[in-house]
Amino acid sequence: MTDHKKRIPTQHIIGFFLSITLTLVAAWAALQSDLSVRWIIIGIMALAIIQAGIQLFMFMHVVEPESQGGHIPWNMMFHGGVLATILVAGSLFTMSFGFSHDHDGDGHNQQEQQEEHSEMEDSTEHSGH
Amino acid sequence: MQLDEFFVTGEPLIYAGMVSIALVTISILFFLTYYKKWGWLWREWLTTVDHKKIGIMYILSALAMLFRGGVDAMMMRTQLAFPNMNFLNAQHYDEIFTTHGTVMIIFMAMPFLIGLMNFVVPLQIGARDVAFPYLNALSFWSFLFGAMLFNISFVIGGSPDAGWTSYTPLAGAAMSPGPGQNFYLLGLQLSGIGTLATGINFMVTILKMRAPKMRMFQMPIFTWSTLITSFIIVFAFPILTVALALMTLDRVFGAQFFTLTGEGMPMMWANLFWMWGHPEVYIVILPAFGIFSEVISAFARKQLFGYKAMVWAIILIAGLSFLVWVHHFFTMGAGAFVNSVFSISTMLIAVPTGVKIFNWLGTLYKSKINNTVAMMWALAFIPSFVIGGVTGVMLGMASADYQFHNTYFLVAHFHYVLIAGTVFACFSGLVFWYPKMFGHKLNERLGRWSFWFFVIGFHVCFFPQYFVGLDGMPRRVFTIIPEWMPLNVISTVGAFGMGAGFAIFVFTILYSYRYSEREKTGDSWDNGRTLEWATPTPVPFYNFATLPHIDSQDAYVKLKQEGKTTFEEDKVEPIHMPSNTGQPFIMMAFMFIAGFGLVFEWMWMAIGGLLAVFVMMVIRSFDYDEGFHVEVDEIKRTERSARRL
Repeated sequence: MTDHKKRIPTQHIIGFFLSITLTLVAAWAALQSDLSVRWIIIGIMALAIIQAGIQLFMFMHVVEPESQGGHIPWNMMFHGGVLATILVAGSLFTMSFGFSHDHDGDGHNQQEQQEEHSEMEDSTEHSGH
Repeated sequence: MQLDEFFVTGEPLIYAGMVSIALVTISILFFLTYYKKWGWLWREWLTTVDHKKIGIMYILSALAMLFRGGVDAMMMRTQLAFPNMNFLNAQHYDEIFTTHGTVMIIFMAMPFLIGLMNFVVPLQIGARDVAFPYLNALSFWSFLFGAMLFNISFVIGGSPDAGWTSYTPLAGAAMSPGPGQNFYLLGLQLSGIGTLATGINFMVTILKMRAPKMRMFQMPIFTWSTLITSFIIVFAFPILTVALALMTLDRVFGAQFFTLTGEGMPMMWANLFWMWGHPEVYIVILPAFGIFSEVISAFARKQLFGYKAMVWAIILIAGLSFLVWVHHFFTMGAGAFVNSVFSISTMLIAVPTGVKIFNWLGTLYKSKINNTVAMMWALAFIPSFVIGGVTGVMLGMASADYQFHNTYFLVAHFHYVLIAGTVFACFSGLVFWYPKMFGHKLNERLGRWSFWFFVIGFHVCFFPQYFVGLDGMPRRVFTIIPEWMPLNVISTVGAFGMGAGFAIFVFTILYSYRYSEREKTGDSWDNGRTLEWATPTPVPFYNFATLPHIDSQDAYVKLKQEGKTTFEEDKVEPIHMPSNTGQPFIMMAFMFIAGFGLVFEWMWMAIGGLLAVFVMMVIRSFDYDEGFHVEVDEIKRTERSARRL
């Protein structure tokens, strides 16, 4: 049966405070700093990667022998990545591809669904630009 | 807020609902107090972490929800039977079809199947509980409190009325003000926590806790379908969680994700909803396939035909389920290319599904069929589901879908797949595993009556709807024109036939509790093939005294041949089991309070509730309870009495 050698999980506590610190730094960069937008985005991306690393190594068992040297987490991350790709690429494809911005267009779909279509076009235009 | 704004007023049916809720609550409180059952309720049920008891609670709740959704359905069918009916007004009708859909999918179909999984899967793989028993209890209570939050909406605050799909902008704050739609958002969000946790729990349980030497391709097919379903849950439910959260931000905090004004994008809701919604329909059909496979191979008394093909078909269906969501809104106005892509991916799903149908037929072929009630549900499923599948392929053709979209043709299609698939499987599985759960069988004679009433009622109800749909009757209308009357009358008669079938089923449960013979062996049907039938009935709380080594598919068949059991007296060792805890119940009760506060936008209540949840989490974090050990003597005593040695 599991034997708790340590009552206080040092690594987890360090990881916890590190991730909170990184979050505060990111919030500061976005709200208070004088950096240009480009550098804010680059900085936040960098912080995000460090954050993900902390999560993976300190909390998510990527290097433990029980998870077959990280095989299972990597497997799940791969599938999560596939899903995220489907989600983003699929939404872009579905929500923007093939919408005619021309009201006298020849697509018969558009004519049948004139009302819904013009409504949609508004929203795609907004999000697109 | 005035009291008459808090409670729904002015509807005689809802007053009747309030009175019956009050009466039922008072009588339950009375009986619990009178028979001094409060301690029993707390010790045996509210604090349990036993997967078997949690499974039973899921199933009982799902039956209650089936009753509620069924009453909604019969009210709708009454209103639609004749032109110009004045049984329900438009608003009330809208609320009822919304709650019918939501209750049936989220609070009936999923919990019913999850209940069966909870009870059966650990037994099938030779585990003593699920991987995370505490989390399992948490899942159940989050589902139940979510369901309660959604269900009280019809007496407090008013029900949501934008359909179970809740399309924006209709469901947005501008067009659906008031708490109604918030009940939908928060009720689903709360129960969604439990579903996601269940997905993780079963994934780990099946991957890590199988009996010694049981390989993946030796797992029973229901366990396989549960594993794949868990993967779909884990990947699909976060999409719903995010979509619900975005709409909650829109409605409660004035964000503009799905609004018409403020650069929102209403169709993005439909897109996100169906990205979850399509995998969701496979979440409720794949376990059903698993149940039918088990029942058919048990009562055809044969090994499942094409086991590996079955498994790969399930995996393929699961993969494709994430690639077809646009077929729910072909008429949105995307271009022909987009629709073509999703048309083709949709039709591809028919291929692995067809493989499964032929495998079931292959299992039945030249077998000696044991025609029990569980088997009859499975046999009725095959042709009924094929009708639903074929019409599904028709709907999958994008160009034809412009004709079928939002008509009763669609309504008939999805009832054909969901009832003939999921509901028949729930009945079949419940009848099949009932003796394991409760120690006695359901009465077969009454079971046949309920079966025939339900199945004939089902076809009489939904088959005409294909044709009334082709005649142009749209879904979600509260009144019909005279041309549609004859078919609608037939349909209503069928709906009440199904109602009668359900009533007989409930009566069968009560009758069998009183009169059925108690089980003497663990292998109730004499032809159990998988490990759950190797346990004695009633199943000891630790499930298996000793774990058999598995080296074949249909493990129990092999054990029977070799004369082995799951109680090898000389090998018994102390068993480590988790302790009961009231924390999950309390934590989710606070979550309910927080949800209720958000529904009415009372922030003090929402924040207070969430703080209390956080306190419960802290308590949990410092909880070092490591469970207890069942001693060898106690195991031997239990097994000897259960096995009548």
